[in-house]
Amino acid sequence: MAQTLFEKLWNLHTVSDLGDGEYLLHIDRIFLHERTGGIALQNVAERGLKVRFPSQVFCTMDHIVDTFPGRGDATLMPSGREFIETTRAAAQAAGIHLFDIRHERQGIVHVVSPEQGIALPGLTLVCPDSHTCTLGGLGLLAWGIGSTEAEHALVTGTLRVHRPKTMRVTFHGNLAPGVTAKDMALHLIGKYSSSGGKGCAIEFAGPVIRELPIEARLTLCNMAVEFSAFTGMVAPDEKAIEYVHGRPFAPAGSELESAVTHWRSLHSDEDAEFDYELAVDCADISPSVTWGTSPQHVEPITGTVPEPETESDPVKRSSMESALDYMGLEPGTPIEDIRIDAAFIGSCTNARLSDLREAANYLQGRHVADWVKAVLVPGSTPVKKAAEAEGLDKIFEAAGFEWRESGCSMCLYAGGETFGPGKRVISSTNRNFEGRQGPGTRTHLASPVTVAASACAGYIRSADPTTARKA
Amino acid sequence: MRAFTRHTGIAAPLLRSNIDTDAIIPSVEMKTVGKKGLASGLFAGWRYADRETRALNPEFILNQPEFAGTSILLAGQNFGCGSSREHAVWALDEFGIRVIIAPSFGAIFRNNCIANGLLPVTLPWPLVSAIADEIEASHSDHELLVDLEKQEVVTPSGTAHGFKITASEAERLLKGLDAISLTMQLRDRMEAFHRKDCVRRPWVYLPHSH
Repeated sequence: MAQTLFEKLWNLHTVSDLGDGEYLLHIDRIFLHERTGGIALQNVAERGLKVRFPSQVFCTMDHIVDTFPGRGDATLMPSGREFIETTRAAAQAAGIHLFDIRHERQGIVHVVSPEQGIALPGLTLVCPDSHTCTLGGLGLLAWGIGSTEAEHALVTGTLRVHRPKTMRVTFHGNLAPGVTAKDMALHLIGKYSSSGGKGCAIEFAGPVIRELPIEARLTLCNMAVEFSAFTGMVAPDEKAIEYVHGRPFAPAGSELESAVTHWRSLHSDEDAEFDYELAVDCADISPSVTWGTSPQHVEPITGTVPEPETESDPVKRSSMESALDYMGLEPGTPIEDIRIDAAFIGSCTNARLSDLREAANYLQGRHVADWVKAVLVPGSTPVKKAAEAEGLDKIFEAAGFEWRESGCSMCLYAGGETFGPGKRVISSTNRNFEGRQGPGTRTHLASPVTVAASACAGYIRSADPTTARKA
Repeated sequence: MRAFTRHTGIAAPLLRSNIDTDAIIPSVEMKTVGKKGLASGLFAGWRYADRETRALNPEFILNQPEFAGTSILLAGQNFGCGSSREHAVWALDEFGIRVIIAPSFGAIFRNNCIANGLLPVTLPWPLVSAIADEIEASHSDHELLVDLEKQEVVTPSGTAHGFKITASEAERLLKGLDAISLTMQLRDRMEAFHRKDCVRRPWVYLPHSH
């Protein structure tokens, strides 16, 4: 019978059908971080239990660590050190792989994971972080879990999971120049709402997806959770196989050959049926930005802040009104009239080498507006080193960006890092929730190149000179 | 794990949609390594007029005298969306919340509720909204009865609304079963799967010293 990619991966990992739609799935890789990893490992040890497959478990320091140059275990948040030290001790005691603060492989969990060949096509991978769906970009079943579920996965090497519905989102047509994977994600969520993919395992498909480089696929899948999906994924193709090749934890030699044979079978069969199908015409996508406090509050940069009065659904209208109130915006304001205080490039969404290259390409010979505080936090220590080898750090610094160490940083007020109350930030991150970047901080989500262009203009701007208003 | 059978308590309407886990507990409020000491950070952005001094915001519903001791929340769609932080559930639990009634939940948050003995009740928006109206109209009686065995919510006027939950989730909550212990009963199957998988996909399994 014809099967979807998701069904193939699900069946391959099913240990037992528990009934009532619940399955026991084998878990191939677990990734932890210092926010919850220490707690999970500690609880496992306190219950007298053991990690079943320690060599399959990884931990990095990203959620609380400072990103200032010369950082140590101390953080802006007074108790951050305790999380870091507890996680370090628990990881060492459990015998799992640890990428500690000064480790050459340290970085944001979902940047490190593909970079090191830990996330591979065909695997199941879980992490107590909702953006684990990012890794679906390489063609694996990866999803975010809670701490208690992480304990279960550590001890049993399995998880009890309700089988999600399947959805295919097909992107067709052609992407206009300057439109990025981030714009695709924002457009999709803006069009179908932040619950448009509710509980589904989504396969992103179509010729446009096949053309996307792996790092762009990771960005698109990263935002699947903002679409309320169980996860997102892209079928592994030769690009994915080539991407994985030679990475530290990826298979080599004869094992690689057998893996590649398997990976080539991982695609939805031609007649496979999905529970839901959505289609997006890429001609409708332009560089986009969020104006409110939900990732569905999306407009093209050439648009205007919407009018709540035009919304007929009272619940949506009131959510728009409270969003405008929090964001300090008036309905009808052209997006390009929105003045920003800060610009942030970072996060598991958009802080890989390709993101940094795109932003640097725009910033070459330019400077951020004199009222804008701009910060760049590379997605991982290897990304930072590679960018420095290309001289990108010099471009960012010359343009007025701070060049930091890797971590989650201002994506989530990590360790207390924030631009401050009332500050308006154009940000390459994934969530514009109230207070996400710190109490009262106002977040506008956008692609890295839009962040760069906006930082220079001091107002929200597209990097595309044909549509952007002159500063 | 603590069992959940039935619960009667004060229900507070917090009817915004998409209340995310950053709103339930901001990252900087997760100050201790562990599951305790989180209640004071619950809804910190809304609950306090000043987060530094912890001066209360009198407008916020959980600070109003008639909703003191609230143990049931009525919320809009997609409650608990966003970050996977289980601290959101630990904070709600420590604050005294036992049940959350909403049209839909963030998936990870919902799993975290079940894992900690909190009951997520899914009811359609018109019903959630009607229950909230009834509670707000009655100044003396804000109490709901939530019965997991009968799978129903009973309002102050005595109206019962049925809800659905999967049999396995209901069993785990009713008996307070721990998922790890349940799964370990399937140890033979897990080990058989692993033996077969090592042959089928040897490339998945990493050597111990890398």
